Amino acid sequence: MSVNKKKHWYDYLWIWSIVYFALGFFNILFAWLGMIDFILPLIFATVGGNKWFCNHMCGRGQLFWVLGRNLKCSRRKPAPKWLSSKGFRYGFLIFFLTMFGTMVFQTYLVFSGAGTLRKAIKLFWTFRVPWQWAYNGSVFPDWVAQFGFGFYSLMLTSTLIGLIVMVLYKERTWCSFCPMGTMTQGICKIKAKKGMKENDIK
Amino acid sequence: MKKAVNDIDRCVACGVCARQCPREAISIYKGCYAKVDFSKCVGCGLCEKACPAGSINVSEVGNVSK
Repeated sequence: MSVNKKKHWYDYLWIWSIVYFALGFFNILFAWLGMIDFILPLIFATVGGNKWFCNHMCGRGQLFWVLGRNLKCSRRKPAPKWLSSKGFRYGFLIFFLTMFGTMVFQTYLVFSGAGTLRKAIKLFWTFRVPWQWAYNGSVFPDWVAQFGFGFYSLMLTSTLIGLIVMVLYKERTWCSFCPMGTMTQGICKIKAKKGMKENDIK
Repeated sequence: MKKAVNDIDRCVACGVCARQCPREAISIYKGCYAKVDFSKCVGCGLCEKACPAGSINVSEVGNVSK
C-alpha cells in the first residue's frame, strides 16, 4: 500500500485468510466460513455492480501483497500473457466450478448414505492428505463435515496456486485468473452493458 | 506527457493499481476495468509495477486534456 493513505479495518483482512486456515486445521467445520468469501463478492457484483470485494476486501489478495511486496517473497516479474487471457480465465473458471460441483456431489453422496465421510483433504484435486484430527464428530450430520473437508481442500489448493504464482511472477498474479474475480467481473460487465442500453432508451 | 494507459480488454479489475496510486487517479469503473484520470496521473508507474495482468502501462500520450 502506498503512502499517505488512511488505513481501514478492511485493510487487515489478510489476517483473516491465515486465521481461516488455522481454524480449519483444528476443526474442519470452520471451513464453512469460507463461504463468506464466496457469497460476498457475488452480492457486491449482482447488487452493487462493482468489484469492491476484490478491490478492498479480499483477504487472499492482501495476503499475497503482504508476502510478495512487504516481505519480498515475489520475483515481481510480469506473468506470461496467456495467464490473464480471456480463454484461460474462463477455462479456469469452468474447471473450478466443475470441481466445486464434484465436491458438492461428494457431499450429497454422504448425505444420501451412498458414501462415507472421508477425513482427508485433497490438494490440487489429486493428492490426498490425511486430516482426521480436524474432526471427531459433532452435533451436525456427516455431510456437513464432508463439505468442510471438500471446501477446505478447494480453498487451500487455490491459495497454494496463488502462492506459487506470487513467488514466480507479480504479487497478485492469482487475481488475474481468480475464478471469483472472473465471475464478478463478468457479472459487472453484463450489468454495465444493460445500464448503458437502458440509458440509450431514456 | 507520460501517463498510465490501461488496456481495458486485458484488465481484470482487481484494483491493485488503484490501491497503489499515490494520487488517487485510478478508479475501477463499474467493476469492469481500471479508469485513469489523466488530469491527476503523473506517470509514476507504480500501478504498472503492481498490475498482475500487465494491462496498465505508462506511455507517451501526447497533450490530451482528458
